[in-house]
This record gives sequence, structure tokens and C-alpha cells, in this order.
Amino acid sequence: MLKDITIGQYLPGHSFLHSLDPRTKIIAVLIYMISLFVVNNFFGLGFMLLLSFVVVLTSQIPVKFFFRGIKAIIFIVSLTVILQMFMTPGEIMWQFGIFKITKEGIHQAIFMGTRLILLVSVTSILTLTTTPISLTDGIEHLLKPFQRFGVPAHELAMMMTIALRFIPTLIEETEKIMKAQAARGADFESGNLVQRAKAMIPLLVPLFLNAVKRADELAMAMEARCYHGGENRTRLKALQYTKRDYVAAVLCIGMVAGAFTSRFI
Amino acid sequence: MIKIDHLTHIFYKESTKEEVKALDDVSLEIHEGEHIAVLGHNGCGKSTLAKHLNALLLPTAGTVEVDAVDTANEADLWTIRQMVGMVFQNPDNQLVATTVEEDVAFGPENMGIEPAIIRQRVDEALDAVAMTAFKDKGPHLLSGGQKQRVAIAGIIAMRPKYIVFDEPTAMLDPIGRQEVMNTIHYLNKQEGLTVINITHFMEEAVQADRVVIMEHGKIVLSGKPKEVFTQVDLLKEMQLDIPPIAELAALLHKENKNIAADIMTIEEMVTELCLWK
Ligand SMILES: Nc1ncnc2c1ncn2[C@@H]1O[C@H](COP(=O)(O)OP(=O)(O)OP(=O)(O)O)[C@@H](O)[C@H]1O
Ligand SMILES: [Mg+2]
Repeated sequence: MLKDITIGQYLPGHSFLHSLDPRTKIIAVLIYMISLFVVNNFFGLGFMLLLSFVVVLTSQIPVKFFFRGIKAIIFIVSLTVILQMFMTPGEIMWQFGIFKITKEGIHQAIFMGTRLILLVSVTSILTLTTTPISLTDGIEHLLKPFQRFGVPAHELAMMMTIALRFIPTLIEETEKIMKAQAARGADFESGNLVQRAKAMIPLLVPLFLNAVKRADELAMAMEARCYHGGENRTRLKALQYTKRDYVAAVLCIGMVAGAFTSRFI
Repeated sequence: MIKIDHLTHIFYKESTKEEVKALDDVSLEIHEGEHIAVLGHNGCGKSTLAKHLNALLLPTAGTVEVDAVDTANEADLWTIRQMVGMVFQNPDNQLVATTVEEDVAFGPENMGIEPAIIRQRVDEALDAVAMTAFKDKGPHLLSGGQKQRVAIAGIIAMRPKYIVFDEPTAMLDPIGRQEVMNTIHYLNKQEGLTVINITHFMEEAVQADRVVIMEHGKIVLSGKPKEVFTQVDLLKEMQLDIPPIAELAALLHKENKNIAADIMTIEEMVTELCLWK
């Protein structure tokens, strides 16, 4: 049950997107986000929609993964669409008491809804086509220039790696404790919110204590393996830009250029 | 050689404000290529001793020298940690990375080794523990014994001379335990690594070159398995387990002096008894 949670799920593959450097992909996603909010008319939106389709197809990821991602945010999307539709002032199309739908509202609702869905789909391609390791490596490298302003690039990346490493272990442990508590008559399923929250306490306490013990032991094991921070540390797989990354960079420039141009159509 | 000289370690417990003498004037020499088993009850100071061998703890009094380098010498800390690897009890709490391969690379990466050489060492280490087929798997998908073998690979990729195992099989099922013990024997016999194995299992102890028994922070008995486990009365007094075959041999010897008292394994016992057909 808890195992269905897939954070940063990675799908192995050999597509063009899989083979890109993680740094390229992270920056591309950022540029994509900007472009998505640069476009302000239907030409632009259509352009971005078309582009997103091409990207989704290139990734060779089964469509069901995108639907799953969209399903997860359907509530937020609906809320945004409804709020935009009713709250945007402008030329009134339909009115019932204090509720009124404006032309600008419909326009805004379509734009925000599409943007959100595209955003989630394309961002999920990043995690679906990149291993957690190269993702954290990419983030570490991109944050390195900010290190002199006090951004702990290596430490953040190490924290993410360890979190990703231990999420499955902790989930497994949660299930084990839940079963053990249920065997002693604990009930996690029924009752009101307060009762259910109370039932979680005997679950959270051992989980938390174990996590602290784990952290202690892990720190010891890391020290025993000569870990002393990011200084002078090398990597098994050093990141390396290839021809494909330059191709991707050119395509990204094309995307922003297209997005800006569309504003003047 | 690791030379432990009159080592004492005192823990200061913040909570109760009392001092615990975990090691009390311990002296021991560990020679290259040896396989040493350390036995003793819970809390007798085995783990504390182990942590002194790679400077995870520093002596309150006395010294520990690894190949003539004092562990208290801060400048040599990383050399010592590289030379003396350590495998802990809980396989889950010593794997750091999200794939087997990356985890094995963790040590060499910390040492600042060239990527191409890390690659080579990782492949060799995984091969040595027979885990090559799992190199791209996440650690959470492995069995306990497999995880522990990955942890061992992570240590041997650092090319240590000595490996300290702190109850490496305590959390494993019999199959996992066998896998890990086979790996340890392979490393000791084929690769010539010096092994210090802390254990509660007598079957493991009889396979060592030397057995060291600790009690209340002191070494009370030390010698070849055949010398140690024949002192049945003394071991019983200390409430320690005796390897079943050794105990059987001792009892048989009491009845019939012609049967040797220092039989440790089933094979030896079979050979011995068949002489009496
Ligand atoms: N960090 C610490 N702070 C205070 N006391 C400690 C600490 N670590 C160990 N001790 C104490 O030192 C003594 C020796 O502990 P140690 O862990 O070395 O025993 P052990 O022989 O490894 O036992 P086990 O078989 O349970 O692993 C114990 O009395 C323990 O309570
Ligand atoms: Mg211990």
C-alpha cells in the first residue's frame, strides 16, 4: 500500500532524453517553465502544447505515467480553473446573483489549467528519465557557483541522496510497525481525525527513535569510509556534456525565442 | 601489524554523570594475514575495541598503532581509515547510495581517486563478493546477506589491509550468515586480508586462527581455537557458549583418554571416531 508512493520515480530507457546530462535537463525544465509563462495568446499556448507532445513522445515513457501525475494534481487544477473563471474581472458573459463568469476569466482559466498540467507532465519527465544519482549530481554541480554565497551544494546533494536511499527502508519499516501495532489491537483506519491522529502516535514514536539510531550508525559508517565532506571528493561517474546536450541547448533557445515571438502575433 | 598497547577507554555518560570503563588495560598484537575472532558477552567492550582500530574512538590511555602509525595522530586519520576497513552489524545502516555500484564507489570517491580507477576497483570488489549481477539495483531490493556483502565490497574497494567485522552476521538468517562467512574466508585466505571478526557465533570462532575472549573490558583468554575451547570449565565459569563439537570432544575425552580433547569440527570428529570402529 505505502509502497505505491513513488518519489522521483525513474524509468530506465535509452531515449534521447535519457542520455542527456542531468544539468542540461534541469536547466531545460527551468527554461520550459519560463516559456510557459511568457506565452500569452492561443498561438503561443498551441506552440507550447505541440512542443510538450513532442517531448513526451521523445521520452518513450508510457502515457499512463503522465495521467498518474495529472491525477495527483487534479484537485489543484480544478480549484485554479474555477477561481480564475469566477474571480477575474472583465466583460461579463454569464451571471447568477453574485456569481459571474467573464470572458477574461475563461481565457485565464484555460491558460492556467493548461500551464499547470503541462508543467507537471514535463517536470515528471525530468525525474522519469534521470536516475536519482545523476539528478542529485546535477543539482550539486549547478549549485556549486553559489557555494561562495554560502549555499551548501555538496551537503544538500548528500542529504537528497541519503533521503532517497532511506525512503524505501523507512516505508518498509512503517509497514512492519503498523502490522505489529495492529496485531496488538491498534486501529489506524476508523474514528474521527483526532482519534486517528492519536492512533498514529505509537507508530511515529518507534519510527522516529529508529530513524535517530539509523542516522547515528550511518554517520559512523560514513566516517569509517573516509567521508569528510565534499572537499577533494571525486565521483565514479563524472558528469560530461556531449553533442546531444548542445543539440538540446539549441532547441531550448529555439523554444524561448518561439515563446517570445508568439506574443507579437 | 596492529599493535594495541595498554589501551584503556573511559566513556563519560552525560545522563547519569558516571564513568564507564569500557576497555581496561588491553594489549594485543594483530599480525598480517591473521584471522582473529573476538568473543565476549554484551557490553564487554568488543565494539569499543573495534572502533579504536580505525580511530573512530581515541584512547583515554595507552596507544593503538596501525603499521607503526599512531591512531591518535590526526594528520594520519584518513590513511588509517583507509588501511583499516570496518563492517558493522546492521546492513541497512551502512549503505549510503541509491544503487549498489554507487555505494561501493563511496569510499574510493571520498579518497579522491580518479574515476577510471574507481570503476576498476568497484568492478573488482563486486566480483570478489559475487554481487556483480546486482550492481544497478537499489539496496532496499537486496536480502540481508546480499546487503552485507555489498557493505564488504564497499570496504574492499578502498583496498584496506585490515577489515574489522563487528557482528556482521548477527542480523542475518542462516543462509545470509553462510554467504557472509564464505566471503570473509575468501578475503582472508585468497586475498590475504587480515580479518578481525567480532561474533557471538562459536561456529565462526572455531574457524579463526586465533580467538580472543573479553570480559569487563579486559582480554581474559587468547590463543588458537584448539587451545581456548579445550578449557571447557573456564569457559563455563564465564558462562560462554562452547562450540558443540568441542564440548562433545571434551566429554568423550573424559570417558576415554584415547579420544583427543581438541576436536573442533564435525569432519575432525568423524575422522577421529572412525579410528575406533
Ligand atoms: N557512546 C557511549 N557512551 C557511553 N557508554 C558507552 C558508549 N558506547 C558504549 N558504552 C558502554 O561501554 C561498554 C562497552 O560497550 P561495547 O559497545 O563496546 O560492548 P560490546 O562488547 O560491543 O557489546 P555488544 O555485544 O552488545 O555489541 C558498555 O557498558 C556500554 O554501555
Ligand atoms: Mg558491539
